Amino acid sequence: MLLSEATHSAGFFFLAPWLVFVPLIGLLINLIFGRRFSEKTIGTIASLAAGTDFVIAVLLAWSLAAAGGHEAQVTLAEWIHIGNLQLDWTFRVDTLSVMMMLVVSGVGTLIHIYAIGYMHEDVRYKNDPGRYRRFFIYLNLFIAMMMILVSGDSYLMLFVGWEGVGLCSFLLIGFWYDMDTLGRPSWANSNAAKKAFIANRVGDFGFLLAAFTMFWYFGTLQFDGVFAAAPQASEGVILAVTLFLLIGVTGKSAQIPLYIWLPDAMAGPTPVSALIHAATMVTAGVYLVARSAPLYSLSHQAQYIVAMVGGVTALFAATIAVGQYDIKKVLAYSTISQLGFMVAAVGMGAYVAGLFHLVTHAFFKALLFLSAGSVILGMERGHHHLAHHGHGDAHHEEEVFDPGDMRNMGNLRKRMPVTFTVYLIGALALGGIFPFAGFWSKDEILAEAFKEFKTVYWLLAIAAFFTAFYMGRQIWMVFFGNERTEVAAHAEESPRVITVPLMILAALSTLGGALNLPGLHTLETWVEHTFEAVGVHLNVGEFNLTVALSSTGLALLAIFLSWLLYGRKPLQAGDADPLKKMLGPIFTGMENKWWVDEGYQALVIDRYNDLARFLAQTLDWDFWHDWFHEKVIAGAYHGLVAFLSDPIDRGLIDAAANGLARLTKNSAASLRRLQNGFVRSYALSVLLGVVLIMGYLLIK
Amino acid sequence: MQTEWLYIGLFLVLGMVMPAMALMISWLVAPKKPNPIKQSTYECGVETVGEAWVQFKAEYYIFALAFLIFDVETVFLFPWALALDKLPLFAVVEGIVFILILLAGLVYLWRKGELEWA
Amino acid sequence: MAQLDFYTLLPTVVLMAWASGLLIADLFIPRDRKAWTAGLAALGLALALGLTLAQIGRTGTGFAGMVTLDPFAVLANSLLLVSGLLAVGLSFGYLRRRDIDRGEYYSLTLFSVAGMMLMTQAADLIVVFLALEMFSLPLYVLAAFARPQPDSEEAGLKYFLLGAFSAGFLIYGIALVYGATQTTALAGVVTAVATGTASLPLLAAGAGLILVGLGFKVAAVPFHMWTPDVYQGAPTSVTAFMAAGAKIAGFAALMRVFVQAFPVLGEKLTPILWTLAALTMFLGNLVAIAQSNIKRMLAYSSIAHAGYILMALTAYANPQMRQMAVSAALFYLLAYALTNFGAWGVVAALEKQNGGGLELNDYAGLGRKSPALAAAMTIFMLSFTGVPPTLGLIGKIYLFRVTVEAGFIGLAVIGVLTSLVSAYYYLRVVVVMYMREGEPEASMDGWHKAVIALSAALTVLLSLAPAALFSLVSGATLLF
Repeated sequence: MLLSEATHSAGFFFLAPWLVFVPLIGLLINLIFGRRFSEKTIGTIASLAAGTDFVIAVLLAWSLAAAGGHEAQVTLAEWIHIGNLQLDWTFRVDTLSVMMMLVVSGVGTLIHIYAIGYMHEDVRYKNDPGRYRRFFIYLNLFIAMMMILVSGDSYLMLFVGWEGVGLCSFLLIGFWYDMDTLGRPSWANSNAAKKAFIANRVGDFGFLLAAFTMFWYFGTLQFDGVFAAAPQASEGVILAVTLFLLIGVTGKSAQIPLYIWLPDAMAGPTPVSALIHAATMVTAGVYLVARSAPLYSLSHQAQYIVAMVGGVTALFAATIAVGQYDIKKVLAYSTISQLGFMVAAVGMGAYVAGLFHLVTHAFFKALLFLSAGSVILGMERGHHHLAHHGHGDAHHEEEVFDPGDMRNMGNLRKRMPVTFTVYLIGALALGGIFPFAGFWSKDEILAEAFKEFKTVYWLLAIAAFFTAFYMGRQIWMVFFGNERTEVAAHAEESPRVITVPLMILAALSTLGGALNLPGLHTLETWVEHTFEAVGVHLNVGEFNLTVALSSTGLALLAIFLSWLLYGRKPLQAGDADPLKKMLGPIFTGMENKWWVDEGYQALVIDRYNDLARFLAQTLDWDFWHDWFHEKVIAGAYHGLVAFLSDPIDRGLIDAAANGLARLTKNSAASLRRLQNGFVRSYALSVLLGVVLIMGYLLIK
Repeated sequence: MQTEWLYIGLFLVLGMVMPAMALMISWLVAPKKPNPIKQSTYECGVETVGEAWVQFKAEYYIFALAFLIFDVETVFLFPWALALDKLPLFAVVEGIVFILILLAGLVYLWRKGELEWA
Repeated sequence: MAQLDFYTLLPTVVLMAWASGLLIADLFIPRDRKAWTAGLAALGLALALGLTLAQIGRTGTGFAGMVTLDPFAVLANSLLLVSGLLAVGLSFGYLRRRDIDRGEYYSLTLFSVAGMMLMTQAADLIVVFLALEMFSLPLYVLAAFARPQPDSEEAGLKYFLLGAFSAGFLIYGIALVYGATQTTALAGVVTAVATGTASLPLLAAGAGLILVGLGFKVAAVPFHMWTPDVYQGAPTSVTAFMAAGAKIAGFAALMRVFVQAFPVLGEKLTPILWTLAALTMFLGNLVAIAQSNIKRMLAYSSIAHAGYILMALTAYANPQMRQMAVSAALFYLLAYALTNFGAWGVVAALEKQNGGGLELNDYAGLGRKSPALAAAMTIFMLSFTGVPPTLGLIGKIYLFRVTVEAGFIGLAVIGVLTSLVSAYYYLRVVVVMYMREGEPEASMDGWHKAVIALSAALTVLLSLAPAALFSLVSGATLLF
């Protein structure tokens, strides 16, 4: 059925293409028949598709383990065979891609299930089943595209997935394209989607340049071919390729300088934030660097630059997160910061640590986002409750109430105990507290950095301190203290379909560290096969007690500080943030994201508009149209016409022209007469052709 | 080679001369006593009415075509039927197919009502 | 031996038998149940298509070298059978609307397809002639099928008279070839040339006359004059079939006869082919601009497309280019056939019961009234023009590439220029559909819609993955 040329015939490798097709089938079912289905059915079909993908990924992992970790390639179809560009649609099943497949489909399935409940509860849903259906169609499309990305066997196939997930991201950020978070008409979300798309395009441009360079110098885009050819290439080529790739990474994985789209991307529905903008798509950049390990290992300069970009991003974003009030914005900047950790790790060559953090981060950040979604839903339910049993207080209807603003919350642990518990677990994991998943993975990164990259180590250590602090701040503000609004006092816990995926993710966030415990190195031995196969030697991550203790100490200190500021004396309604008094302008900077967006506006966007205006008005209209066309060409023409008309035209041409006009008219008439409808003249035309052909042949 | 062409030429000339001579001789020898009946067009003994340049009913042609088909059929079938016992199976089947095709034509005419003279 | 003979022609024979059976079966189907006849016809075509596909990969000759079976024939036959299916899909509702739903229509279509299939397999000039008559005679009748409407009868009669006239040249050409080589077998001609027993001037004259006879069928200038009148007068569903089927069969025969029998005449014939191609592209595109009747416009467009395909054929004399030229022509025929059925389908949908609704102005407002139909028409017009993302573009690129690589730069330039000209009248249809006000009335049954939708979808989708098609047509080699 499917043309499969698995290098190892044993096992379930032939299933690899179905990773892409199953979600596509789910999508098609919902697209074609979805109109007649109930919402439950639509959600179930989409979730089943994602779940099936997970099963396939597990089977692939099993087959791979049985094959001793040797990669398999499954060719599905010939794709491009032009000249010496020979590319097939081939699936690459190795330990690295299978790890990504497991994360994408596993977390993806849980988020699909969560979304069945969430999308129905969203205030913006407004009983529009078409939107509900579309959401799941997009989600399934995303899974398919992500699978193409991680399973591709060449940079071009990877790029197809890379663009595909970018498209899904665009569609889903702008999912409520015509309304804001509260369901009022607004174009803010579509603008956010555009911003994400454009920022990503800049990154993709880098990716393409990298691909062109590779093709130019190596003559192939297939991974093995590139890696085999790379060691013979000059250092400059390697540096160019890796840095171009880095541009792509900064776009997709939201690193400095292209990270600006990710906070705005929180405009999308919360499951999207969790799935695409925290757990999977944004880690594609990390995956790309890990996949390109043989290239990066050839250039220490490139490695250093990547690590620095990651480290600086980690710290920079962490400081901004401290100053945010929106529950999802905090998590968004936290994501950028954590992606910085991963990028720094893979940059340093600590691929296992980076990937390990990728996996654990997928667990706990998805958990945090989904829990935040649950909190927002709870607040909305409270708001709804108040609006309907409105105590005669018309004020509530008028007031613009933001259910995502932490200043409106407080003491939610009483109203939403399950959500509180799982949120706490997620926060502890993110903060890096023993024994939660984040502790192990973050520690491995720090330990690796401590060995060789001291600067990066300090950047990351401080970032980790901030991480624990802003998470502490969030916990205290949201779940402790007293209810700062009526709404918070009436918030309600979310239904089972939402809380059950949360609990599963909470369990994963707690135990996820077991994947790569010091001494056992399960993940390391697993992904080692992939790296060894392409000639990259991994050094076993050693557990560094000093680093572990100091980072835990820092985290505990940060939590204690946050308790001092936000826990001991809870924030009251209308109070300013206590940090504002202490830090003054610095906090204002954090609050305003260090004015980066404004900077881009002033430096890039306004200049771009100026240029466009210059080109359109000055160059095209004033110069080209007014001056060149009107003055130069038209003027010259008028002069010429004046010359021609008087002396030449009247005397000379007129007579000839009249004759010519008569001739044209006559010949048109005779041409029309040719097609006169008489068979005999048609036959004559045939005969004429015959005579001409025969005549030619005779003369020749 | 040339003698062959010569033969062909001779035959051609002879072929043209012979009928011409026959006509010439009758024209030379026959007595000429015309009357209206002798000069009228012979049409199966029926007296002609009007001009010959009239539109015919298409049924004539269809009928004539049907007749012709079955008339010519015998030319093919006669030798086939005579040699039937000496023919290989393939030729027998081919003959039957031929008859079947003709039969199909007959059935077609019959169902279309073309066999009824109207 | 006999079995093998039949195997080479199995789909054709089965289709012939099916058509004969259908003719009889139809007599017992009442007038209001003609859907049965249409269905049976489609079934027969599908059956033949299945048999044809079963022949993939097989080669051989049959009937003492009179017919041949090769990948080229299999592909061309499949294309013809698909064309037949599309034609049947377009026809039923249309015929009913025009009140000419007589059962013979389908039998005649099947006979014609069978003749065309025989044409693609002909390995002997006599079979070429036989097949030509076999597919032409039903077409003459079909053209006059809207009897007693004078337009249609006139079309049928003109087509018949001119067809007979040009067939005369074909048979004369065959006679000359026989005179020159003492054989009518394509392979025999080559042998005769190789052994030096052939008279080359006589052979060239014969080839020239054969070119005339086949050029008439594919509507090459100056043998094209019948095309606008016949395409306009014939029922639209017939025109659709005629435009695609006759062209495929005609070009298949041209390619087979010239590539296989007359490679030695390349030098002599190339200027003639060059001129024919240039004239055809030039005249077809130019005169199409002046047409206000959509059927006449598409008729001239079909002439112009014949010119493009002739352009590829011009390269046949070059041994390195031969296979590519054949592939490119086949590819273009495929693209043309698909687009052709879609476009004529739209025309048929808009045609009124009284035969009106065929002026360009009658398309005004279609974009608003039936957006899907207008979108489909836009796709077809774009494909005819050769604008992405349509199959027409890929086909043209392929053709131009072959032409350029064979060294006929001038011809390629004429091709490009005339296709620029063609954009004017194709896009005019789009402009009228979307930018003028009007109340057009489209009526189609489900099959009709399906044919249009399928053509539109394939025209776009196949253009996105042309590699598979390329490998398909480049595998379609000519064998003796």
